[in-house]
Amino acid sequence: MAEEGVKLYGFWLSPFSRRVELALKIKGVEYEYIEEDLQNKSPELLQYNPIHKKVPVLIHNGKVIVESQVILEYIDETWKENPIMPQDPYERAIARFWAKFIDEKFFPSFRKAILGGETEVEKVIEETKENLKILEKVLEGKNFFGGERIGFVDIVANTIAYWVFLFQEAAEKEILTEEFPILCNWKDKYINHNIIKETLPPKDKSVSFFRARFAQSKASS
Amino acid sequence: MAKGEVKLLGSWPSPYVMRARIALNLKSVEYEFLEEKLGVKSELLLKSNPVHKKIPVLLHHSKPICESLVIVQYIDEVWSSGPAILPSDPYDRAVARFWASYVDEKFFPALRALPMAQGKEAMEAAMHPVKEGLALLEDAYANHSKGGPFFGGGQISYLDVAFGCFLGVIRVSEKVTGVALINEHTTPGLAGWAEEFCAHPAVEDVMPDTDKLTEFINRIIKMKSQSPN
Repeated sequence: MAEEGVKLYGFWLSPFSRRVELALKIKGVEYEYIEEDLQNKSPELLQYNPIHKKVPVLIHNGKVIVESQVILEYIDETWKENPIMPQDPYERAIARFWAKFIDEKFFPSFRKAILGGETEVEKVIEETKENLKILEKVLEGKNFFGGERIGFVDIVANTIAYWVFLFQEAAEKEILTEEFPILCNWKDKYINHNIIKETLPPKDKSVSFFRARFAQSKASS
Repeated sequence: MAKGEVKLLGSWPSPYVMRARIALNLKSVEYEFLEEKLGVKSELLLKSNPVHKKIPVLLHHSKPICESLVIVQYIDEVWSSGPAILPSDPYDRAVARFWASYVDEKFFPALRALPMAQGKEAMEAAMHPVKEGLALLEDAYANHSKGGPFFGGGQISYLDVAFGCFLGVIRVSEKVTGVALINEHTTPGLAGWAEEFCAHPAVEDVMPDTDKLTEFINRIIKMKSQSPN
């Protein structure tokens, strides 16, 4: 019989694996955590995720689930307490829409704006700020993206609440500033939330890591 | 149900729009199809999808739902008395979502580049990731279809819709390159599946004719080469 346990392969600094940890903690699910060295990926990781070779990978009852947003929905459907997704189909569609927007439009534009070379960087910064304005509007009048409590979009938005600021400090460049008061207010609540704060990697160690990584890519470009 | 309650903004060549149409057909939902003209975005589209300004957009009681796979899941959840599109088991759902995500993020970008490739070398280079992708999908079909004929087994389901909508472009690419990308030898599972999928009543009227689609794609290529931006 397949084992009952829950295992998570992750990386301490990956927002994607941290999302899964957050969801498991919200649900009160016990799990075994395995730290991957992304410079030296384990044979298990390569076996479980041969196509993308990435973390996070969730193993439950011997079944392998990959891709953070897919894992989040799996967790929500498997452990019913403290729902992450809204109940109403229209609200669910809206949540999935914004989660996709954050991962496919916002964060890539932000990364380019922070890391980009001199050419066209103004254009990308503008695009990122437009995306932030859009997200501000979504949050307006709400405590969290999920409403009164954190939900699917808030979990996916860990990149905005925390990693954006790590990148900004490491790159010594600011894009998400007080110019976006609603997002800043949400971010303060977010990083102090009693469950979320356990899933955030240590700030100084993270900033040093990114600083070194940014310097490396500058040197090799 | 009154037809006016459900509208779909789209266009006949778009595989993403096709996903929504197949889903609505599977659930026997009557809807008004509002065809967008190439190169001109309607006021309704810009108002309903201000963030991306793209089709498909489903309007249900005038509320817009955007992004094709979000729309398909919405349709599945709202018209829950119809045949299920997503499987019921959470793991099976995760598998379907994983492969749908793979199709969107890796497979289709590679496929889309294929008809555009000019010259033998470029074409061969463009073909490689497409063939790799099809091999992976052939494997997925073998592992998950439980005897088929669909990815969902006996019934058409989420991954069939997510991947099958690209059969039009696959066929155009096969025509343009002279290479049978899906065939009995390298992808026997997909070969059988493609036939069943295209013949399905929910699909046959919305799958574009290959010649018509080839002509359309050629027009796009021409437009792009005339106004590079």
